[in-house]
Amino acid sequence: MSRSGETLRVAGTRAVRRASPAAIAGRLCAAALLLLLVLAPRLFAPAFRLLAEDGAPAIYDQGSLLQLTLDHVALVAGSTAASAIVAVVLGVLVTRPSGRDFLPLSRTLVNVGQVFPPVAVLAVAVPLVGFGLEPTLIALVLYGLLPIFENTVAGLDGVPAAVMDAARGMGLDPRRRFLSVELPLAMPLILAGIRLSAVINIGTATIGSTVAAKGLGEVILAGLGTGNTAFILQGGIIVGLLAVLVYDALGLLEARLAARAGRA
Amino acid sequence: MTASGAAAGRVPRARFPGFDRVGVVPAALAALALALPLVTFKPNRIAAGRGVAFWAALPPAAAAAGGLLLLLIGLAACLRVAPASRLGLALVALAALAGLVGLAPGAVALPGMPYARVSFAAGFWTLLLAFGIMAADGSARLALRPGPRVLLLGAVLLALAGLFASGWWNGLSILKEYAAHRDGFWAEAVTHGGLAFGSLFAALLVGLPLGVACARMPRLRGAALPALNVIQTIPSIAMYGLMMVPLGLLAGAVPFLGALGIRGIGAAPAGLALFLYALLPVVANTAVGLDGVPRDAVEAARGMGMGGARRLRAVELPLAAPVILTGVRIVLVQNIGLVTVAALIGGGGFGTFVFQGTSQAAIDLVLLGAVPTVVLAFTAAVLLDAAAEAAGRTPA
Repeated sequence: MSRSGETLRVAGTRAVRRASPAAIAGRLCAAALLLLLVLAPRLFAPAFRLLAEDGAPAIYDQGSLLQLTLDHVALVAGSTAASAIVAVVLGVLVTRPSGRDFLPLSRTLVNVGQVFPPVAVLAVAVPLVGFGLEPTLIALVLYGLLPIFENTVAGLDGVPAAVMDAARGMGLDPRRRFLSVELPLAMPLILAGIRLSAVINIGTATIGSTVAAKGLGEVILAGLGTGNTAFILQGGIIVGLLAVLVYDALGLLEARLAARAGRA
Repeated sequence: MTASGAAAGRVPRARFPGFDRVGVVPAALAALALALPLVTFKPNRIAAGRGVAFWAALPPAAAAAGGLLLLLIGLAACLRVAPASRLGLALVALAALAGLVGLAPGAVALPGMPYARVSFAAGFWTLLLAFGIMAADGSARLALRPGPRVLLLGAVLLALAGLFASGWWNGLSILKEYAAHRDGFWAEAVTHGGLAFGSLFAALLVGLPLGVACARMPRLRGAALPALNVIQTIPSIAMYGLMMVPLGLLAGAVPFLGALGIRGIGAAPAGLALFLYALLPVVANTAVGLDGVPRDAVEAARGMGMGGARRLRAVELPLAAPVILTGVRIVLVQNIGLVTVAALIGGGGFGTFVFQGTSQAAIDLVLLGAVPTVVLAFTAAVLLDAAAEAAGRTPA
């Protein structure tokens, strides 16, 4: 199966496929660092004090980092799940014979949708639904649709005709063909889309803090607002680690599914 | 056959001859939009607004004629008209919508209300979406070649420029915001473009040679691409914040650089962050593009006595151009969007208006920042798509 559509944005970059001892060690270190930063931020006070201006607090003290991290993860998980459901259903519909007519148009719309920057979507959603969680959810769900839809269509379209013919020859009805042949074969690509969405959303959710959504963006914004580099770095590192770890974990899951699809 | 679009003939489903299922989407949206408020009326800039329906927002004759025209074009979308007519009708509808909404301020606000604001509301946006979908559908079915596509885009942009220059929309709130921020608008436009294009240019200078090197040296590729991938996962807002640290320290340590305008805050860290984001698509697509160059072509060039550098310049890079240009498109569209976030660290650009508007609860100021950003990104996407397609067609 072609892997060219693995990421929507960039050709030919793929997840780490085989875990070397160094990669495993790196992952564990990143996870440990993340946990310490969130659970025991005071440990890092001496390091961050170097960046804080005289008298400014070195460690974010306007709320619980753990709570903000959990809010952030919940926001991203919820919006990515919603995007995934909508995008996969749409992607399946437009690749069925009865929905094929809609494929060129939905492709065009998905492409055009990408030119809307998340900040703009967020800002425009505010007057419609007010400040806080809602505009952020709208922006994240909308923005997350695109990679998943594109990859769902690419994955379902990429199932070789010979495989479908064989499934037909085995007497599988359309529903069985879809559930036990097409969907499993397309799953690695669909998951790659979900992974991309989740990582983009982890970043976009920080921008959500500009419209008062609860999340780690608050830490960074507090730093930007008071010129406290220690806060910026602290928020940035936590969000960055979160993104890298989620990207990595979903990449592993994807590689495992791809291996299984290859064997099937 | 031509009238039934690209997908016709595949599935026998012509139970309703002359009926087009895809066209129902824009038609239904347009019908819905006419029931929604076309504009919002506010006694002043920050007061709560009240939605005004299509029929009430326009002079009666214009509302009747315009509504009828839009409905008829919506009906035509449901029929099997030729793709070119579909596109043409959609453009007529969009032009009519632009003309009609310019009449709304005169019809809704009284002459004695200088602070009254008339802004676009859900009905306007839904009509724009409906006929935008119809136009996109028409042009997708038409499968225009790159040249005509660029010409069409140019014509639409010219028409928009003419609309603004004519003053027809001057009564609308977004243009009142523009009038209030006229000087700042163009300064931010220059900053926005400068950041997006400057970082792309820098990324090409560094990324193209690095991409070539990656294509030649698998070990370098194994190290460079994962590293650039990790950079890509760092959220923009954090990246901007992080870039402030080294640049701030650098400017503090080397006063000369500070005098050049390189500081921990402002455009310099924004440009550096954008450059880092831009590297992955450029490097990866250059390497993948070069991978895809047929071996025969390289061998033939070698047989003709071309040296390594000449082969790269005259054969390999031109053949890899479509893939490289796709990477450039990704970078440019991504950067134009990301520059909006740079306003948070004082980097300027259209994001300045977006964040100002958000904090003042002034949606039209948000739009003053958001609409040009989207237009710019859309233009960049269409131009570079056309360039990539043209590069793929030209026999190298």
